[in-house]
Amino acid sequence: MTDQTLDTRRAEAGGDAAETRRQPVPFRAGGFISKPKRWASWLAFVCIIAVWELAGQTGLVSPVYLPKPSDVIGAFVYLFETGNIWRHLSDSGFRLLIGWSLGTVCGLVLGFAVGIWSIARAVGVPVVSALFPIPKIALLPLLILWFGIGEGSKVATIAFGVFFPTVIATFSGVDGVPRNLIRMAQSFDVPGYKIIWKVVLPGTLPAILAGFRITTSIALILLVAAEMIGARYGIGAFILTAGNLYQTDQLLAGVVMLSILGLIFAQGIGWLERRMLAWR
Amino acid sequence: MDLVIEGVSHQYGTLDVLDDIRLTVSEGEIVSLIGPSGCGKSTLLSIMGGILKPSAGGVFVDGAMPPQSLNPFTYVFQDFALLPWASVENNIALVLEHHRLSAEERRARVDDVLARTSLSEFRHAYPRQLSGGMRQRVGIARALVVSPAILLMDEPLSALDAQTRELLMEDFLALWLRERMTAVWVTHNLSEALRLADRVVVLSRRPGRIREEVAVAMPQAERGTPEAQLELARLHDQLWGLIKEEAQVAEREVLHD
Repeated sequence: MTDQTLDTRRAEAGGDAAETRRQPVPFRAGGFISKPKRWASWLAFVCIIAVWELAGQTGLVSPVYLPKPSDVIGAFVYLFETGNIWRHLSDSGFRLLIGWSLGTVCGLVLGFAVGIWSIARAVGVPVVSALFPIPKIALLPLLILWFGIGEGSKVATIAFGVFFPTVIATFSGVDGVPRNLIRMAQSFDVPGYKIIWKVVLPGTLPAILAGFRITTSIALILLVAAEMIGARYGIGAFILTAGNLYQTDQLLAGVVMLSILGLIFAQGIGWLERRMLAWR
Repeated sequence: MDLVIEGVSHQYGTLDVLDDIRLTVSEGEIVSLIGPSGCGKSTLLSIMGGILKPSAGGVFVDGAMPPQSLNPFTYVFQDFALLPWASVENNIALVLEHHRLSAEERRARVDDVLARTSLSEFRHAYPRQLSGGMRQRVGIARALVVSPAILLMDEPLSALDAQTRELLMEDFLALWLRERMTAVWVTHNLSEALRLADRVVVLSRRPGRIREEVAVAMPQAERGTPEAQLELARLHDQLWGLIKEEAQVAEREVLHD
């Protein structure tokens, strides 16, 4: 472009070239980036509780349909005073611990087998694919028939529900381990068991831990369902009894307990990820 | 110890990748394999080190394995192939763990290669904390720790930027001048091949056949001198003349795949 053309353009833009002022280039790439705003989360939480409380206090919402947050706190106080909360929590905790651990251990074993051995994959994948979509609650009556109305059927329901997603997360994780790392180890004649221990297992951990996030939620759902049949204590039994008696404040206290348990599990898994996947 | 490739052919499904490759890599020799994209250079290297079975033919060793070698055919990978969850030290130690070595001997070997590759102060670092060039140094240290009889290098500089490539090339040259090793160096970079190789083997486009073998009759140490440049430029033109047309056809083939 010649100087003459430039000057002509500047003149057309509304002034003499010599008078044109130097201006900064405007920044145009704002927004579309998520920034942490913790205060907004807390504020929203406090606002929801306040509106909820206000709606109850003013009689806008009947306490039978939606008890006030203060009533729910009262129900918690009552639970602590009677000491029943510990009984409910310990029974539910026991079922969760045994059921989740059982489902997880079996799921990990089958998941690794399917991920590593062709025969196990040929047999395991169709079976898991066929059984995974079945809502495990539908199997509860059958499990009661097999394991009795007591702890066995409850633990088995949770274990069954946890097992299939664990298998899928594990073998998908094994599939996701870069093949070049395995070839590298083989090219140095590293024995198979060591390749599994040093290459496949650490490479699968992110997928396994992501699976834990899903399976702990599934375990909580199935815990409540299983405890609604033939249980005296446990969070599910507590919620069912409260519902039958229209004690909605107690019912919501049970729901809050589940929510807190879910948060504790999520925090625990987050802690595990920070410790075990620090290399990422 | 020589590596002898006899009549190696390979197919991926119905795709012919290599056709009747016959080649001998003599002890102490650096052979560079070049050829257009998709000509089967890396496939041939995988077959040479026994991590891919050829569809026909075989690879043989002529002569005795060096007694000190823990892993005769040792790869250096283009993408480094480092365990992201292991430190530099543990990435190197991984390939020693299954050998009958005392803890002191293992430690001494790791310390030695870390020093030889200028990685001693990075021994506790994780791969994600290192630059591409440093990661490839770890790959080289891991290969050296097993005292390989033959180094099989699959485009070891391709994933690096030009400056890092130059730095690492100087390191390779220094390493080779210090401790002469047998090596097969797969590359698509003619200058790389001419700076390092004693012999450049040119493969044709798919299915890869040996088109020509060009000897670089000049000691590596002298290749940086101005006098050598003329001869290297002549060899560069000769090699480029051999692969240019095929590289153009191969490029079109790859684009249409």
